[in-house]
Amino acid sequence: MKNFFATRWGIISVGGGIGMLAALLQKLGNPGNMGICVACFERDIAGAVGLHRAEVVQYMRPEIIGFVFGSLIAALLFKEFRARGGSAPIVRFVLGMFAMIGALVFLGCPWRAMLRLAGGDFNAIAGILGLVCGIWIGTLFFRNGYNLGRTVTSHAASGFLLPLIMLGFLILMLIFPQAGGQPKSGILFYSVSGPGAGHAPLFLSLIIGMLIGFVAQRSRFCTMGAFRDLILFRQTHLFMGVLVLVAAALITNLILGQFKPGFEGQPVAHTQFVWNFAGMALAGLAFALAGGCPGRQLFLSGEGDGDAALFVLGMIVGAGFSHNFGLASSPKGIGPYGIAAVIAGFAVCLFIGFFMRKGETR
Amino acid sequence: MKETVDARGLSCPQPVLMVMDMFKKMEKGEILVMTDTQASRENVSRAAESKGWTVSSVQEQNQEYHLTLTKS
Repeated sequence: MKNFFATRWGIISVGGGIGMLAALLQKLGNPGNMGICVACFERDIAGAVGLHRAEVVQYMRPEIIGFVFGSLIAALLFKEFRARGGSAPIVRFVLGMFAMIGALVFLGCPWRAMLRLAGGDFNAIAGILGLVCGIWIGTLFFRNGYNLGRTVTSHAASGFLLPLIMLGFLILMLIFPQAGGQPKSGILFYSVSGPGAGHAPLFLSLIIGMLIGFVAQRSRFCTMGAFRDLILFRQTHLFMGVLVLVAAALITNLILGQFKPGFEGQPVAHTQFVWNFAGMALAGLAFALAGGCPGRQLFLSGEGDGDAALFVLGMIVGAGFSHNFGLASSPKGIGPYGIAAVIAGFAVCLFIGFFMRKGETR
Repeated sequence: MKETVDARGLSCPQPVLMVMDMFKKMEKGEILVMTDTQASRENVSRAAESKGWTVSSVQEQNQEYHLTLTKS
């Protein structure tokens, strides 16, 4: 059986679809240039359950839940679901934490970096350059034998755990929906202002998330892999997907009147070039070492990959640290301890890169 | 000459890197690649074809894929 989505036209149509839907989600209520941002949305989820108390970024984002559900459905339907794990789980968790910390210094994951560019936010250029630099450092480690060891097949139940956590989040959201401008509903926190207060209607977000999760699982869409394969193998397959994503989002933004070029006053962004670059370089390195961008980690989790699930949980916990410790940036600029966090993050990632290389056990 | 690359349990880019290393070692012949994800299977096939190798057969068993790559 030929998988259309694994072909060149497949990845192009997936990239185009994601770019268009992301820009559309902004029109439907999601924050500016943040139709989809896996890092920001997982950060908002961390806020919704009170792992941090930054009041402007608390919302149980249904897109993230949808990504995992969509991928799970695709994996079950095409018999690709396989519970697996055991490839350096603790390393995955720590990489997830620092990936989030780096991404929040820039204010976005690679998806949002592309969407910011497509919305005319030229600060994203520093982030994308940083991303490529971080991934490039990662490829140097790969060339020198870096690896996290082999996974083993596990009990099917373990593969369902992250999808079940997401189901739990969705149920909580249905039991405790936001009540007319209140900051709290039952046990869940909601933003009454700021990016966390900007969101598309719940079911639209969920359905679009599931649609994207489904096609991304089939196509293996990955914004980190796009640059990694280009650098490591001179292969343009995944890169085409990202390129078309930017183009599709740009066109949709132009049609919807959402394209506003410039550096100053961009939505949920700051103008500190060096830290936009360095934050994303840290995130890019962590994504490369963990084998996928934040989106891809969600799609892998839906296929039953327990290691990817730990990366996701690491990101959510990392968001807690990020906001509790003042590591995350805001539109005013970097946080009080952002620089220290980036340096610490690089030290940890380099340690992992240099020393995780004797994984050949089988 | 027949070589084997066991990429089971490894995720990308490892399987492709291992196969690429094998391509450097041998100009032609036959390589058996074992992987256990559909994504690795696709990536290895794509890499092989870009280097002038042919995926002459794919066997599926117990959620493993055994690819035979040939170049003459």
